Amino acid sequence: MEKYRVMPGPEAFLPPAAACVGNVLPDPGQGHVNGEIVQEDVAMEEAARQFLAAKVPTIFPGPLVLWNWNEKSAKKASAIYKLYEVLKAHNPGALLIPMPDYRPKYPKINPEIEINPNHPNLTIWHNKIDVCMFVGVHCHYANLSLKIIRGGTNCYTIAMCAQAGHEDAMLSFRDATPDSTYRLIEAVKRVKGLASSGNGASHAGTAS
Amino acid sequence: MSKEKIKINREFYDIMPKEYQELVEDATYGKEGRGWKDVGESKEMIEEHSLCAGCPESIAFRYVLACLPNPEDTVMVGSTGCTSLVFPHVAVHNIHSLFGNQNAVASGLKRALSYRFPDKVKDVVVLAGDGATVDIGLDMTLQSWFRQEKIATICFDNELYANTGGQSSGLMQKGFVAKMAPAGKKFDKVDLPEIARQSGCHYVTMLTVSKPNRVEKAIRNAILIAREIGPTYVQLYTPCILEIGKQMMEGLQEMRDSEGPGKRFEFKEYISDEAKAYLESIAPKKKRKKVTAQTEG
Repeated sequence: MEKYRVMPGPEAFLPPAAACVGNVLPDPGQGHVNGEIVQEDVAMEEAARQFLAAKVPTIFPGPLVLWNWNEKSAKKASAIYKLYEVLKAHNPGALLIPMPDYRPKYPKINPEIEINPNHPNLTIWHNKIDVCMFVGVHCHYANLSLKIIRGGTNCYTIAMCAQAGHEDAMLSFRDATPDSTYRLIEAVKRVKGLASSGNGASHAGTAS
Repeated sequence: MSKEKIKINREFYDIMPKEYQELVEDATYGKEGRGWKDVGESKEMIEEHSLCAGCPESIAFRYVLACLPNPEDTVMVGSTGCTSLVFPHVAVHNIHSLFGNQNAVASGLKRALSYRFPDKVKDVVVLAGDGATVDIGLDMTLQSWFRQEKIATICFDNELYANTGGQSSGLMQKGFVAKMAPAGKKFDKVDLPEIARQSGCHYVTMLTVSKPNRVEKAIRNAILIAREIGPTYVQLYTPCILEIGKQMMEGLQEMRDSEGPGKRFEFKEYISDEAKAYLESIAPKKKRKKVTAQTEG
């Protein structure tokens, strides 16, 4: 059987859960890109390339970082906001859209200002988002969102996970901390510097 | 969890939708003496809901949530029914159990919370319809009372299975003809308040939601007594206007018509001696005399 690769969609109304078709989660110190296990540094560089090449790079912070539960969440929030500022400086079209909670919204959500895990495609479509990163979203709702996005949109998904990573994202890291977010910021700056110096760091995405 | 933890990281405050900013700034978490009069004044624990227009259950929900003495440390357990359509919109921790299992789930939850947070007050409140409480879940309901689980059970009694089209339930009045019970109910309305009393509940009351002050007192008593003494039961009449052929503006009158002397929802209240003593001990000093007089009367 040919190996299933987790690629941008639109794949189908119900794409398979990547875990059910042979994709495994990375070990500590690793990440994965399109279902292939790679070292974390490699995944970070690829994430940086995707962000820099995107027309509308977007970060979706979830409840674990939006709400000030503890000191760690406050530090993570600072780091994520810093990443957003770096992306915004490179591309004024960058967005920061919260996922405040997981309750279905009635009568409808405002896709311009928030994303909901039960219909994340609405926010992706409305804002024409082509690369997004989930951070601080509980695993089960992240997986739900990632599958819906892969099923109905052509958006490239990145998951910065504090646990074991997300095989349903096109790219994910695991054990995310404020420090690893700052490492991602450094990767973005480094790749951007290479790109501006013409050293072959142009968009080399494996996906789109 | 305390109110201090219900706040937004400052970096993200500006991007949060307004309703969440209001939840932090204007909700009644942590407020002593919160009650039904906050409805419409402060940010509510429920705003939009998916019930029918004019449904008395929606106002009952507002009152119950407005009267929780400790919403930030309360977990509500619901079950299948019209109530389960509302819980996804509620800004209080809640669990949806399998149909009828709500009191069993709440029992385990209460014990787990007591073990995990021994120094904190954590209230567990069951809120389910009459089908879940009296028919399908009667075993679980009664067993939790027999075991003296410290949980409050609230039953929204609409006297039938409303969201499946109007089948008869144990709490339906005898002879009532519903869409899916064309031959009429064959036996009397189950007297669950009396069963609750005999099963060991320390506070039992039955009322409609036409009088918010009375609802507030019932909910607070039920939760406070359940917290310290043992199981409590509140039965609230929330008629299904669709299934009894009423218009959306007629729910309130239906409740008023059903609560008069001798009617099936005439106000009833039972408080055990232990619970009376507890209520007296926590009443503010100026009110103690009044509470004593009431409970003795």
